[in-house]
Amino acid sequence: MGGRFGDGPVVPEDEGVIFHAGWHPRAMAVTVATGPLGQWNIDMSRHARECLAPKDYARFSYYEKWMAALANLLVDKGLVTRDELAGASEVQPSPLADHALTRARVAEVLARGGPVDRPSAVTPIFAAGDAVVTRALAENAEVPGGHTRLPAYAAGARGRILRQHGTHVFPDSNAHGQGEAPEPLYAVVFPASELWAHPEHPDDEVVLDLWQSYLSAAP
Amino acid sequence: MPHDHDEPHSLLPSDPALRVKALETLLTRKGLIDPAAVDEIIDTYENRIGPRNGARVVARAWSDPAFHAALMADATAVVAEMGFYGRQGEHMMAVENTAQQHNMVVCTLCSCYPWPLLGIPPGWYKSDAYRARVVREPRRVLADFGVELPPETSVRVWDSTAEMRYLVIPRRPEGSEGMDEEALMALVSRDSMIGTGLARRP
Repeated sequence: MGGRFGDGPVVPEDEGVIFHAGWHPRAMAVTVATGPLGQWNIDMSRHARECLAPKDYARFSYYEKWMAALANLLVDKGLVTRDELAGASEVQPSPLADHALTRARVAEVLARGGPVDRPSAVTPIFAAGDAVVTRALAENAEVPGGHTRLPAYAAGARGRILRQHGTHVFPDSNAHGQGEAPEPLYAVVFPASELWAHPEHPDDEVVLDLWQSYLSAAP
Repeated sequence: MPHDHDEPHSLLPSDPALRVKALETLLTRKGLIDPAAVDEIIDTYENRIGPRNGARVVARAWSDPAFHAALMADATAVVAEMGFYGRQGEHMMAVENTAQQHNMVVCTLCSCYPWPLLGIPPGWYKSDAYRARVVREPRRVLADFGVELPPETSVRVWDSTAEMRYLVIPRRPEGSEGMDEEALMALVSRDSMIGTGLARRP
């Protein structure tokens, strides 16, 4: 939705406001607690949110999207049945119950996180300062309708390599269970005038983190 | 994996509070989550991990040149040493505001945010309005926060499209000379570390 018009004002809020309804923290924490079951990765869970029907994506609040995507993932991955979700059958204990996150492990699991830098056989072909062009289409090149992290507003745009971040897991592959396929990741800087017809300031810029597969050398 | 019209989530109650309750109850009965672990996660982000972590990093960067240099060179290692490594902050980079350039951070694709340093993202950060507008019209968004930049200052917006997480180091305000780390921290608002605010004047 980057660059879209018509969304209205941004409403600031006090730093002490963390959640806006009693069920929000539970929605957050239930989602976080299911991650360590190891049945999906972060790219799959992002893609599950993107795959919600557009009318649901538009009408759901933030944590409603999380809940809906989690319910879909749980069924897709066979962790719960549709009947269980509907309350229409006896609940069967899960064979994965041994893997459930315990209170004692929470601090360690949150502190460990899930780093995505990996050794890669893909040789970096760009260096800081190189002029590059992004893919003309912000779509997954292998999977129709698949996950990608190139926003539509930056498709087919000319920018410059700011730095290489190392080699990271490639979401376009990892979201579809096709392997981590790590490759070079770059911070790429674009003049605002390359992205928008009416930039606010001649020197404004937007930086995106983009995988090598999204980029080619600028002619 | 496009879904048909009867996606599994539609089998849950439509009221969001009941929906969460139903899901939590089902997962608990199946043994897939432990309610005590859920409580512990909430307690962590309500009471232990929040923007005061980031404020400490900024205050130290303002007052200790060696720390500042190390932070700008490898933020991940430096904040990890302070105990601020973790989920959604595995790959950190600090970006520093100057008189010439103001930095702002967004995730237009979802809501990526440096949790170990700033906690749970504020509602506006996750809103359609912020995600849609800040890449195109950062000054109009700043105006919503009551912030106006001098005409000579350009804006660089960082769209967190990968797992890199960004911490904005705001400019140290005038009049803060000689203040210690704790006093400086009080000048560092959460918004100033996202780029929608400036550091407070003492």
